[in-house]
Amino acid sequence: MKKILALTLSLCLILGLAACGGKTEPTTTAAPETTKAQDQTTAAPETTKAPETTAAPAAKIKVGMVTDVGGVNDQSFNQTSWEGLQALAAEDSSFEVKYLESKTDADYQTNINTFIDDGYDLIICVGYMLADATKEAAEANPNQKFAIIDDSTCAELPNVACLMFAQEQASYLVGLVAGSVTKSKTVGYVQGMVSDTMNLFGIGYITGVLEVCPDAQVLQYNANNFGDIPGGNTAAKDMITKGADVIYHAAGGTGMGVINACDEAGIWAIGVDTDQSPLAPEHVITSAMKRVDVASQDISKAVKDGKFTAGVHLYDLSNGGVDLAPTRTHIPAEVLQLVEEKKAAIIAGQFKVPTTVDECPAFTLK
Amino acid sequence: MTDVINSLGILLFATLAYGTPLIYAALGSCFSEISGVVNIGIEGMMTAGAFTGTVTAYFTGNPWIGFLCGGLAGMLFGALHALATVRLGADQTIAGTAINMLGPGLVIMIARVLFNSTDTIPLTPEQRMPRLLTGVFDTTTTFGRFMDNVFSTYASTYLVFVAVIIVWFVFYKTRFGLRMRACGEHPAACETLGINVLRTRFLCVCMSGFLAGLGGACVTMAISNQFRPISIVGQGFIAIAAVIFGKFRPHGALIGCLLFGFCSGLKTVLGGSSGIDTQLISMIPYVVTVLVLILFVGKSRVPSASGKPFIKAR
Repeated sequence: MKKILALTLSLCLILGLAACGGKTEPTTTAAPETTKAQDQTTAAPETTKAPETTAAPAAKIKVGMVTDVGGVNDQSFNQTSWEGLQALAAEDSSFEVKYLESKTDADYQTNINTFIDDGYDLIICVGYMLADATKEAAEANPNQKFAIIDDSTCAELPNVACLMFAQEQASYLVGLVAGSVTKSKTVGYVQGMVSDTMNLFGIGYITGVLEVCPDAQVLQYNANNFGDIPGGNTAAKDMITKGADVIYHAAGGTGMGVINACDEAGIWAIGVDTDQSPLAPEHVITSAMKRVDVASQDISKAVKDGKFTAGVHLYDLSNGGVDLAPTRTHIPAEVLQLVEEKKAAIIAGQFKVPTTVDECPAFTLK
Repeated sequence: MTDVINSLGILLFATLAYGTPLIYAALGSCFSEISGVVNIGIEGMMTAGAFTGTVTAYFTGNPWIGFLCGGLAGMLFGALHALATVRLGADQTIAGTAINMLGPGLVIMIARVLFNSTDTIPLTPEQRMPRLLTGVFDTTTTFGRFMDNVFSTYASTYLVFVAVIIVWFVFYKTRFGLRMRACGEHPAACETLGINVLRTRFLCVCMSGFLAGLGGACVTMAISNQFRPISIVGQGFIAIAAVIFGKFRPHGALIGCLLFGFCSGLKTVLGGSSGIDTQLISMIPYVVTVLVLILFVGKSRVPSASGKPFIKAR
């Protein structure tokens, strides 16, 4: 009896662990793993061992990505960044990509060091939470190239590229759309958390709304949570009850509840980060996109071409780093035209979207 | 006045939106606990139900088949838990933990295979849990808006109240209910009286998984329309807390879940308009739960044989 018990338990645990591992395994794509093993075992005669890349340079460009504690399936920048790298490796076989997940803050340093020891050409650290670890590693290894997403505190280091996104610009554009299509002159906004980075979404959005509809009322809600679906649902319902007919969310999973409530009430919803139109094709009018995938690909290509530069790389409207989502069927033509005009003005430098709370008194979340 | 009625409507809406999945899961937890098997694997069973429900609804186009299959997927995990704990006498807490690890891991792996993503494809309105009484109320009036917010809701929400009554009836008015409660109190005595303790417990744990699976399916098929790894985050544990709060009685657990839902709604309603710090407001559901537990509920009596594997004498 005892034996069976022990057997079942260990079986349960092994299955559980295997399944948890399964979360990450299928994506690492067996191919790069094995080639890496080959590279290591046959380090010396590598030219003979690479028949498929006869024309290409013998050495592969190895790009390592360290996630923050959100993990690689976070529906946000970790995932988008990894998808971008995977796509890159799929289209250009000279890239070899791999990620390491950080379960706690303590893993950042360890994961970065693992990539350094394995001789990676570029290490992409995803998120401002990795800033300290990146800084430390970059100072200790001046010849190692790093990139960090959403952080500019490492900008002065000669070997770190800081990939920043002008979130306020895309939010401003969706704000223009919201202000143009609202009939009740009441629009809603749900934010996942109050912080300087997150506030950019709200500031840009509200500026856009008020520009086309100066007497509009913007209902704002801080969910203080990126994974509270019923909370998003309730907040949206509350706004709809108060007359809102367009709601923008910058709240991750909480936003799923927002979009669902808008869909059921038959009002417009605005998505964030990716094109969220598939969530409610009839009622998501647009989304404010942030192309973390493009940024990760760009910096990897730069390393390959020997054009890596440190410092801040700003991804904004001018280089397609942020934009309206490609699905635009619901946006009236004249609104699209307005958006394009404003976009051109921003790119030309004639207009700068505010980035601080002081410049946008209508933003009231704290 | 209009504001007050509007806010009240939103509060009740939130109570049901948060509460419905919790009530299903809590009923499931009741089933297992009362027969003497600790089931902390509710969370994993909910995840299995949430995923399977959405996927089946997506492929069959029928929300009810999806909802049922969500329950069956939970039941499968329940059967696994029962096999480990009831048949093989494994430690119930450890087996439950294994279920909690296995559930999310397995569904994410299957999602990767089916959709090449951790998310499922969003359900269309026809594939989603249908809503009752939609468009019945005149939303241009304050009262109509209130009625619409509260009563124009998902069929699964109406169904959960029926489920509470059925479970209550089974527990307290049927012979099977008496037997399962006895199994949770004194399994040895039951065995001497000719009740098959192992079979009773096995059935109860399976039923527990079924109800938890339905609860999970509510999250992904009603209040949202897609499974994501973040769909089930902690609801299973809140449901278990509600069961302890309700002293292992289905109607008590119902009140526990609704209270938690109400407080979560309070968080949303206050967070939007008042000037109170959101960090403080976010604490409301948890603070109220702790306060109520300390002040009003009194000692929750755990079924005597809960957590102890029953090994039949040979």
